Amino acid sequence: MSMAAEERSVRAPWALTAPALILFVGVLLIPLAMTVMLSFHDWGQYKGIEPVFILKNWHEIATDPYYAEMFWRTFRIAILTTLLTALLGAPEAYILNRMSGRWKSFFLLVILGPLLISVVARTLGWALLFGGNNGLVNKLLMSLGAIRSPIPFMFTETGMVVALAHVMMPFMVLSVWAALQRLDPQIENAAMSLGAGPVTIIRRIIMPQIMPGVLSGAIIVFSLSASAFATPAIIGGRRLKVAATLAYDEFLNTLNWPLGAAVATLLLVALVLIVVGSNALIERRYAEVFR
Amino acid sequence: MRRNGPLALIFHTIFVVVMVAPILVVCLVAFTPEGFLSLPTNGFSLRWFRTIANYPEFIHAFWVSLGLGALSSFVALLFAVPAALAIARYRFRGRDALAALFLSPLMIPHVVLGIAFLRFFTSAGLGGSFAALIIAHVIIVFPFALRLTLAAATGMDRTVEMAAVSLGAGGWTLFRRVSLPLILPGVISGWALAFIQSFDDLTMTVFLAAPGTETLPVRMFLYIQDNIDPLVTSVSACVIAVTMTALILLDRFYGLDRVLAGKGDTGR
Repeated sequence: MSMAAEERSVRAPWALTAPALILFVGVLLIPLAMTVMLSFHDWGQYKGIEPVFILKNWHEIATDPYYAEMFWRTFRIAILTTLLTALLGAPEAYILNRMSGRWKSFFLLVILGPLLISVVARTLGWALLFGGNNGLVNKLLMSLGAIRSPIPFMFTETGMVVALAHVMMPFMVLSVWAALQRLDPQIENAAMSLGAGPVTIIRRIIMPQIMPGVLSGAIIVFSLSASAFATPAIIGGRRLKVAATLAYDEFLNTLNWPLGAAVATLLLVALVLIVVGSNALIERRYAEVFR
Repeated sequence: MRRNGPLALIFHTIFVVVMVAPILVVCLVAFTPEGFLSLPTNGFSLRWFRTIANYPEFIHAFWVSLGLGALSSFVALLFAVPAALAIARYRFRGRDALAALFLSPLMIPHVVLGIAFLRFFTSAGLGGSFAALIIAHVIIVFPFALRLTLAAATGMDRTVEMAAVSLGAGGWTLFRRVSLPLILPGVISGWALAFIQSFDDLTMTVFLAAPGTETLPVRMFLYIQDNIDPLVTSVSACVIAVTMTALILLDRFYGLDRVLAGKGDTGR
């Protein structure tokens, strides 16, 4: 390569990425930094936002048990949602993977398609199905004899978990399905020819190999559930607050922006720590699978 | 490979029914002839679709969403295509960091982005404006535009470009006549996926929209907070129809699993 060409190949990638880089620094990194700053500002009912550096908002979040309860509820809902998607999504991905070509692509479209359909519309569907104590879900469960008295779904954590699990399910199925694509189907046949039964095959052959897929799906589902807004707001109503709906209230109803910014910053930091931490754990534990 | 047993098929059937049920129930209730929420048991009626015409705020919000989605996806591609070409072809210092930065809007919760943009645009004097919505949506759809363009640029046959260069093409001509047509399927799919993401976003937009710049999801959300009636189901049914159309086109054109997995190499 000549000198001029070499110089071009050093400069060219920066020239091509410069516009996007400037955009991201100017309109993403600076606003995020401003939000973190905002969480240290003061606020009063009449004086509005005062640009001073105080720890008032952080102190309030740390000491007022209301916030501890709200964050605990947020993460409890996210954990239950993650468990539910893993327990149902992983077997479904496995069943899907064993279907023949045409059925496989059809059902993949049916299961993954909702991912792109408006979250408001999907949650509205659950609100209609739950609909009070004589909603369709309760009627069905009672006629099947699964429950004696109706379960309250609307304005409860149970309803939020069910609706969120539905919203997040495609991510889990997709993640496990991707892991299954790397699996050699002959291993199953080999295990069978050596006399392993179906339970042994699933427990000893399939499970260990799709575990990384389940775990990476779990990280996605957990972080999206913990920061979900539409579903908790519609199913949970105005009283049952999670982190995202509380931040929304502080910003657009109470107008206490610094406190809302502190809640949002804490959510972001907590999620980044959890996601990065569990990613590192998974990669160490399953290093041989990723290699 | 072993076939699915009866137990597996029963599980599969229940699973699919539960996945489809909420979407189906919205579409069914939209056709109710009654004045209240109910499944259409005495025939279908279009009365609630006609009622939408009496609510100009829904119609206006629909056009805002459509314009916002189309425009922000286009602007995102103007930034994403050169960036994707650079990341796909050159090995340079900071390449991985840049790629991580460009994909970061996927990792940051939308509620945090909404707050950050609200704070930023309010201090910039752009609070509640359509321009602010466009810029914010460019950021959130950028990763989708970038990923699909990147997949197309990585899988592209470089020898065609080399042939063009040996015949004297360079710079802009090379890009417009050779490179762009080769990555065009990826670029168009990237636009479509970006459009759907923008069209459906509620969590970030709800912080930025003001009366007049409310998008359809925001309008629907604010309406549902007050009351749930058949009107909002008919609006939802229309939204579902728009997305389904885009979805089926995207599947035929590019393959939905590739779009969603974001991996150019998982061919069908």
